[in-house]
Amino acid sequence: MAENAAATTEAAYASGGEYVQHHLGFLTYGKHPDGHWGLAHTQEEANDMGFWSIHVDTMGFSLVLGALFLALFMKVGRNINAGVPGGLQNAVELLVEFVQSSVKSSYSGHSPFIAPLALSIFCWILLMNLMDLVPVDLIPLAAQALAGNPHLSFKAVPTTDLNITFGLSLSVFILILVYSVRCKGLGGFLGELAFHPFGKYAMPFNLVMELPAFLAKPVSLALRLFGNLFAGELIFLVIALLGYWQFPLHFVWAVFHLLVIPLQAYLFMMLTIVYLNQASQHH
Amino acid sequence: METIFANTMLAAALIFGICGAGTAIGFGLLGGKLIESSARQPELAPRLQVQFFIVAAFVDVISIIGVGMAMYFIFVQPFSV
Repeated sequence: MAENAAATTEAAYASGGEYVQHHLGFLTYGKHPDGHWGLAHTQEEANDMGFWSIHVDTMGFSLVLGALFLALFMKVGRNINAGVPGGLQNAVELLVEFVQSSVKSSYSGHSPFIAPLALSIFCWILLMNLMDLVPVDLIPLAAQALAGNPHLSFKAVPTTDLNITFGLSLSVFILILVYSVRCKGLGGFLGELAFHPFGKYAMPFNLVMELPAFLAKPVSLALRLFGNLFAGELIFLVIALLGYWQFPLHFVWAVFHLLVIPLQAYLFMMLTIVYLNQASQHH
Repeated sequence: METIFANTMLAAALIFGICGAGTAIGFGLLGGKLIESSARQPELAPRLQVQFFIVAAFVDVISIIGVGMAMYFIFVQPFSV
């Protein structure tokens, strides 16, 4: 790339941009504009599908990883050994105790539902984020070889899809609503929104202040996870354009990213606990 | 086409820069206070660390959204029709 810079950067950018753009597409299944259902072959076709489409790669990988988490924990739970635990049981116990201590320190009420929820959120998001450390071209190339189509878009990291992160955060949002109404009553919950900082005569002002803060919770949860993983994935893709220099750089970025991956899973879990704690507290 | 491309790049650079500056200041203050207070009361350090990570998430979120948007502008180029 270094030779004849001015002429080649344009061409290199065009192909590099195409490479990155191709890797940002999803394997989409949906209803074509002419009415029949099938896979989209190009990004334009996927865009034309509009609402009636589903990202097969994201759904597949997230469900497989969720099933992997459940199967692993069930296997350990069935064959539990009170004497000398094996390696896998140690790892699972470590995770469970870590989540349990986090819930105990941040959730003040009593609810048998919070800790399992936190554990599932943490492990599932961690597994989905860990897909980021698989080399960026490995799974797409395998999928293309399997399908026999060299232009197939395939994305292996489910948390770089806004649909997954918003699905998770909206589920948490529904739980926040349920916990608020159950613990404070509908009146108490609406009253907290309407009368909270300045009393009942400043109700419009209170609403303007409280509603955005309330509605920002699911949006910020989803966009934080998505933004971190999307940016990380894009930098992996840009590094993959660099020829042989990519190997050390990939390693350096992966080491840095190793910090981000569990941190984002932890933050999603912690903020879920904190929000549910706020929802179930009386003032 | 070139103008749009150049302006997109400039906008992305501005987003990166300002986001970086904002989070840098925020994390500097936050980390400094964390170390200060754990030095004063080392027995509180684990609890402070949990709080630190939660506040770090709030500091982080807008800028990481900005960085994501900037990356999107650069690579997907939604403005060049």
